[in-house]
Amino acid sequence: MNIRPQVRFLSDQLIEKILDESRDILCKLGTKIHNEGILEMLSGFGAKVDRTTNNVIYTQEIIDKALSTVPSSFKLYDTSGEETHDFCDNNVYFTPGSAALNILDSETGEIRRPGTSDYIKYVKLVSSLDNITSQSTALVPDDIHEKISDSYRLYLSLMYGKKPVVTGTFTVDAFNVMREMQIMVRGDSKNLKEKPLTVFSCCPTSPLKWSDVTSQNVIDCGENRIPIEFIAMPLTGFISPVTITGTLVAHTAETLSGIVISQLANPGAPLLYGGSPAAFDIRYETTPMGAVETQMIDCAYNEIGKYLGIPTQAYISLSDSKRLDAQAGLESAMGATLAVLSGINSISGPGMLDFENCQSLEKLVVDNEICGMTLRMAKGIVPREDFPALPHFQELLKENHLLISDHTRKYLKDEHYFPGKVIDRANLSRWQSEGSLTLKERAKSEVDKHIANYTPTDLPEEVKKGLTGLMITESKKHGMDSLPEQNV
Amino acid sequence: MDIINSISTQLISGNDKDVASDTKKALDSGISAETILNDGLIMGMNIIGDRFRDHEVFLPDVLMAAKAMYAGMELIKPILIKSGISSRGKIVIGTIQGDLHDIGKNLVGIMLKGAGYEVIDLGHDVSPEKFVEVAKETGATIIGMSALLTTTMANMKEVVKILKNENLDGKIRTIIGGAPVSDQYASDIGVDKYSFDAGNAVDIVKELMA
Ligand code: B12
Repeated sequence: MNIRPQVRFLSDQLIEKILDESRDILCKLGTKIHNEGILEMLSGFGAKVDRTTNNVIYTQEIIDKALSTVPSSFKLYDTSGEETHDFCDNNVYFTPGSAALNILDSETGEIRRPGTSDYIKYVKLVSSLDNITSQSTALVPDDIHEKISDSYRLYLSLMYGKKPVVTGTFTVDAFNVMREMQIMVRGDSKNLKEKPLTVFSCCPTSPLKWSDVTSQNVIDCGENRIPIEFIAMPLTGFISPVTITGTLVAHTAETLSGIVISQLANPGAPLLYGGSPAAFDIRYETTPMGAVETQMIDCAYNEIGKYLGIPTQAYISLSDSKRLDAQAGLESAMGATLAVLSGINSISGPGMLDFENCQSLEKLVVDNEICGMTLRMAKGIVPREDFPALPHFQELLKENHLLISDHTRKYLKDEHYFPGKVIDRANLSRWQSEGSLTLKERAKSEVDKHIANYTPTDLPEEVKKGLTGLMITESKKHGMDSLPEQNV
Repeated sequence: MDIINSISTQLISGNDKDVASDTKKALDSGISAETILNDGLIMGMNIIGDRFRDHEVFLPDVLMAAKAMYAGMELIKPILIKSGISSRGKIVIGTIQGDLHDIGKNLVGIMLKGAGYEVIDLGHDVSPEKFVEVAKETGATIIGMSALLTTTMANMKEVVKILKNENLDGKIRTIIGGAPVSDQYASDIGVDKYSFDAGNAVDIVKELMA
């Protein structure tokens, strides 16, 4: 009797056609891959490799072979080893958007570079937001040497947060340190393989190209069974066709090429069929994440991923606004709603403003409520001892209300999502008597409250010491004898 | 001068065939190549550039106009070269070492070319040494660098250092762009100018070349 509410943009027939066309592109144009080892490997499997241009022409057979070993699901576990995510079917989880350059300052409203203390506040906040299931390394602290800013983010996330981490490297070198950190948390590499703690973003370079760094990352993660998410970024009418369908072909081709690299090197390596395509805005030369077409492309490639039986990811539910304003709310809410109704398994976006360039802690608190509402929506409409209906109405007529009926008490909390204080549901007089607070003011006070209520994680002290030791060794390589202060 | 006006009008509308035939007519009627270039072609590109900045027209309109400009340029280029008049100026552009983001840089290249500059695009992951080397080789007077990562932007400082060491600062000017950099950052590392988008880059380059 129950249905999981679902939107669909593509018919199976159109999905088949898009897959055919993108396979055709891989088998005729191929992709460039600037990585010797991978070229060697693919040529061993029968791909046609041109050593002068680094171009690889795929075959239908290797694409099929790769697709046949992609896991249809995988799980993530927090720092204490508890399961938090089961990426399969239509399970959906939110994670804040990726590596923002800037933070929207709570006090001054200024968009500025974040530091270590901002990052720690961010992790503390995410730790207590119920509808955001993983952390992501969503800010790049400015007070550490830039060459180690990728591993430093993971370090702070593991020190202060318990939730799994969606992250990535900026360089080839960072991978080993970031793997070491995870092994420290899990105890050994076997445990890490069994209980993944992170997801690494791996980006093909649109159009139809893989850099040395990112393609190597795909291999390194696969060997260590660290899950990855492919983030292809075709831009409509610029580096992919102007139509949504044409851009889906581009996205599919690039993502399939990633799957080939991943699965032929390490069959069964866990991955998310992800992306961050955009409807390029020719007026402003920008990549709007709040554009309705961007969101349609996201939902549609998710359908293609699902059709292939692979769990999915997208950058959706974020905004291009520079402020926590109505635009921020409408773009994030529309994205989150569509994402949840499409069943995108890992939804990246909460907290993000200014394309993918700015995090806001206040927005994160507001978005946490958007997530809560949409997650409620995903549960759909389920009869709960509603039939026969007659007794409920007899009780109502007898008691004049159902406020304390057994049925109400049993199902109130399951049936209704009660947002936090940031969402205003007071009547006018009560709202006025409580200070006529604006959304921004309410969000700010929620941020402060969450951060004040933070309790340290149960990560053993000696693990924390080990992580810090590792990070200090890294920073010494770049002339910093100590790490920035961590007092917040 | 009707024919000159017609060249810029046709250019603004992106009619490359008409620009070519008008340019030919103008040459036949004895108008100098230099006048055609400055008062016809570049004038038209300036107007479309302004309209683009004011959001009256969109990027594809500018690119269509640029294509039309090249249709005219083809015809007058041999004459200009013979009389020793070079292009509007030469610029070396590229994405800095360690960085693969080249979409924005490509767009800047397209717009600069469209505005009549000679653009030498070194691609992405370009070493500081390479920027300077190629600028010297080609006689370019501006180096344009792009960085999209906080981890790579510092590499742009090296270009400024090399230029100083070789006593080329002032002779070869520098301009940067990309999400993590800013006016402030440009002045912090001693770069001449920062530019926030491709339309703006054309204005700034014009300023630097003046
Ligand atoms: C597209 C994109 C990619 C594509 C790039 C494809 C390509 N061929 O360029 C791919 C998928 C490859 C990619 C990879 C990565 N990316 Co990326 N990417 C972006 C994204 C979404 C858009 C950039 C873009 O093209 N914008 C559109 C163009 C038109 O705008 P623009 O680049 O800003 O350029 C304009 C102006 O800045 C200016 N300009 C630019 N350059 C120049 C130069 C001159 C001389 C002048 C005058 C002007 C100028 O004019 C341009 C035209 O208007 C940004 C986020 C964002 N919205 O900015 C992240 C972003 C830049 N990427 C980011 C990251 C982290 C990465 C990766 C490290 C991810 C990973 N873990 O693998 C890798 C890095 C690989 C590497 N070593 O470079 C981060 C950077 C964070 C940081 N602190 O530095 C960002 C901010 C996203 C995020 N929040 O996480 N990325």
